[in-house]
Amino acid sequence: MTSINSSTKTETTRDEIVEDHEDFRIFGLITFLIADGMTFAGFFAAYLTYKAVNPLPDGSIYELELPIPTLNTILLLISSATFHKAGKALLKRKNSNCQRWLLLTAFLGVIFLVCQLFEYFHLPFGLTDNLFASTFYALTGFHGLHVTLGTLMIFIIAWQTRINGGRVSYENMFPLEAVELYWHFVDGIWVILFVILYLL
Amino acid sequence: MTILLDNKPKLKESLQPKGILRYFSFSLDHKVIGIQYLVCGFLFYLVGGTLASAIRIELTSPISDFMPRDVYNQVLTLHGTIMIFLWIVPVVNGAFGNYLIPFYVGARDMAFPRLNAVAFWLIPPSGLMLIVSYFVDGAAQAGWTAYPPLSITTPQSGQIIWIISVLLLGGSSIFGGINFIATILKLRRPGLNLMQLPMYCWAMLGTSLLVVLSTPVLAGTLILLSFDIIAHTGFFNPVLGGNVVVYQHLFWFYSHPAVYIMVLPAFGLVSEILPIHCRKPLFGYTTMVFSIMGIVVLGLVVWAHHMFTSGTPPWMRLFFTIATAFIAVPTGIKFFNWVATMWGGKISINSAMLFSCGFIINFVFGGITGVALAQVPFDIHVHDTYFVVAHFHYIVYGGSVFVIFSSVYHWFPKVTGKLLSEKLGILHFVLTFIGFNLCFAPQHWLGLNGMPRRVAEYDPQFQFVNQISSAGALLMAISTIPFLVNIFISIKNGKKSGDNPWNALTPEWLTSSPPPVENWEGEPPLVKEPYGYGNPILKENNN
Amino acid sequence: MLNKSYYLIPIISAIISISFWIGFNINLLPEEASINAPIYDELFRILFIIGLILFLGMTILVIYSLFKFRKKTGEIGDGIALEGDLKLEIIWTIIPSIIVLIVGLYSYNIYDRMGGMNELNNHHQIKNLKSEKIWAGINQVSNTNGTNNPLVEVSAMQFAFLFNYPKGDFISGELHVPVDKTISIKMESKDVIHAFWIPEFRIKQDIIPGQPTILNFTPTKVGKYPIICAELCGPYHGGMRASIVVEDPSDYEEWFNENKKTEV
Repeated sequence: MTSINSSTKTETTRDEIVEDHEDFRIFGLITFLIADGMTFAGFFAAYLTYKAVNPLPDGSIYELELPIPTLNTILLLISSATFHKAGKALLKRKNSNCQRWLLLTAFLGVIFLVCQLFEYFHLPFGLTDNLFASTFYALTGFHGLHVTLGTLMIFIIAWQTRINGGRVSYENMFPLEAVELYWHFVDGIWVILFVILYLL
Repeated sequence: MTILLDNKPKLKESLQPKGILRYFSFSLDHKVIGIQYLVCGFLFYLVGGTLASAIRIELTSPISDFMPRDVYNQVLTLHGTIMIFLWIVPVVNGAFGNYLIPFYVGARDMAFPRLNAVAFWLIPPSGLMLIVSYFVDGAAQAGWTAYPPLSITTPQSGQIIWIISVLLLGGSSIFGGINFIATILKLRRPGLNLMQLPMYCWAMLGTSLLVVLSTPVLAGTLILLSFDIIAHTGFFNPVLGGNVVVYQHLFWFYSHPAVYIMVLPAFGLVSEILPIHCRKPLFGYTTMVFSIMGIVVLGLVVWAHHMFTSGTPPWMRLFFTIATAFIAVPTGIKFFNWVATMWGGKISINSAMLFSCGFIINFVFGGITGVALAQVPFDIHVHDTYFVVAHFHYIVYGGSVFVIFSSVYHWFPKVTGKLLSEKLGILHFVLTFIGFNLCFAPQHWLGLNGMPRRVAEYDPQFQFVNQISSAGALLMAISTIPFLVNIFISIKNGKKSGDNPWNALTPEWLTSSPPPVENWEGEPPLVKEPYGYGNPILKENNN
Repeated sequence: MLNKSYYLIPIISAIISISFWIGFNINLLPEEASINAPIYDELFRILFIIGLILFLGMTILVIYSLFKFRKKTGEIGDGIALEGDLKLEIIWTIIPSIIVLIVGLYSYNIYDRMGGMNELNNHHQIKNLKSEKIWAGINQVSNTNGTNNPLVEVSAMQFAFLFNYPKGDFISGELHVPVDKTISIKMESKDVIHAFWIPEFRIKQDIIPGQPTILNFTPTKVGKYPIICAELCGPYHGGMRASIVVEDPSDYEEWFNENKKTEV
């Protein structure tokens, strides 16, 4: 339904047009995440091709220690679950509960990043040591950037879920749904990364 | 869940720029953004054209005597980069897509107006950055393809600026693609289903799918390339253990769909223009839809035909030959359908129609050389020669640019409410068609006989033919003049066109020229048969 | 209506005849100087003729429709409301598909005759080059005896080609080869990607740093031909060329003996 307030037709400003339609911002976000996923796909394709075609000179293949990344995987999976709980709390209009779950999720994200940095500092190879090292840092670094952005966004919406003046609420769940979708995406990419980089 | 379109506080009227200043502002109106894309793109076309003129001047003599050799390489790199990322992709997608799609789906605006504005405003700074890079420490000079190791060993600052610029432009393209997909799939007015949409919507849907799936891979590749340049990693540097062919695969995975991103919207635009000026329905709507989707799918799996002489194994070359050649089938279908649309019509021979017919003739030529190039043994001799240069200019210039001109003549009345001069338009067409063919047809012969690409000096036996080609380029440059004169004169003093000078049926013509901010006064019209020409029953319903 | 369709026959015949005449009489290619070249030119001729027929046909259709169905001044009304014709569309889907398939299979045959399908990556065939992976180039011999002992090792660098003759232990700036013999060259780049192109032989191969490539060819005509770099390699890319001199075996022996350093 459209209602237009105008004196002459060329004078109408955009703000005076009001329209009701379905919220397809999540659809737009999904399309964006497909695009983002394709960037990772390019990196993975490069990594797998190098693995098949550019074998490293003997003696330079590094065994990656598994405990820290496994911990990271568990952390991210749990954080997806806690995020989901935050969403359910907001559905029941329990803003403070939602905030707590969100902060827990963000906290898990921070621990993930700390563990990742810990792993970085204790790795025997640097960025430019060899092709495997470069691809490793490129992939995990690009993913880590995504985690950092996601964690920041979780902190922001946690703040916005507050009762007085916060903009995220039962009526306006889009920010939480959007960041949640993004977070699940980042989690999914990590699982693929874990399998391809660490397990294979 | 329903939301309000504008849940931001109302801007005071006085803050909204009026008139021409609208086009310099962060407007959210899809029509304004469409024109911003068009004019900005055209300005970059003039820059790219100047660079092309410099190349053709250099090539009038067989020695490198017009500009320093490294400057020549910068010129050819920027020519390609600007024409692709700052002219054709933004104009056929961003300009016409943004202007027309909301009309065609019966909406007041695109799905994400703010994202739309952001996508446009990424373009001028990226373009300026590219141009300014020349004055910093030299622009990129490894070709628009930026193959390593050359792109790693040339002066760094130019290449890095080039990478940043292309990353931003790719981002702009992706944002646009997201917007088009959401608008076409989600924003159709009630009662309008997908198979009733004008063909341009299907073309943009297919193009946007390609954009969203392939541009990010280019982004990733250029990020890795920048690591190689700045951090001395060895992704594509064989000295450090890397592999240059991997770069080529990753680069062409985007860059081949990129040519469809440049050409599919043009196909869509021609599908809109021909029925109106031929007064006949578009022939074979359903097959046209399927052929667009066929081109999209096939377009994603043929990239390695750019690498037939690189280190690719024979089985891979064979696969890509067959896949590439098969794209000719859905493409050919579209051309037969367009000619069938013309056949039996009542054709108005005007500038829009002439440029569209020129498009058909040129593109068939370019498509045929394309099928030839798809064959591995043929390509081996002509790869990286002027034969390829001729081929792709027939496609992007003889194809997309001709359609852009046709579309300008067709939609100028809608945007401005004035008609363009037909006399100047026909002069523009004749100069462009002759100049273009004079410039690029001889280049096929040059490539077949031994002139490679991207050179400032060549075997003296080729001088005469190069001079013919440069004469053609001069004609092309001159042809811009009647076009620009036409635009400026007609905006001021053109004859009033009325709302629907072509008596067309698609939704953008069912409102005033220029359209109101909300696109239509009252409800968006429901046009179930956008090509319902020649059908007496339908004409009553739509009037 | 029946009478009008008969006009199609002379028109189509004219298009086909003109295309064949042009294809067989207008030579757009340089001279043929290798065993490869006539095979290539055969493919070119077929592609050229098919292309001409399609191009002439479409152009005539477009120009004809533009004039035959034009709206005369003062005329009103629309054209016929024809939205599609399934039979016609099926025909013009199937016929191009068949043409494309035939052209594809034919060019596979051509590629095979040029030696393109012969694998160069068979490590057990390339004995003494086991440690290096040889990337695909054109291999005109079905056995790889030649590839085990390349006659010349080509080094491409910014901006020259250097030809090392291992058997004679000398480096030449010009590539000399005997006529009518299969020549095997091994190419490598010292810096960026270059390419090795001899238009008269119709062969080209990128020379990629880190990926030695073998190219086999058989020159059939005595003469001097240009070797052109066909991959942008820097500012002097346009000037990067060398020559291949194809000589009678006796002349070649003479040149070789004049230049060689050690007795082999």
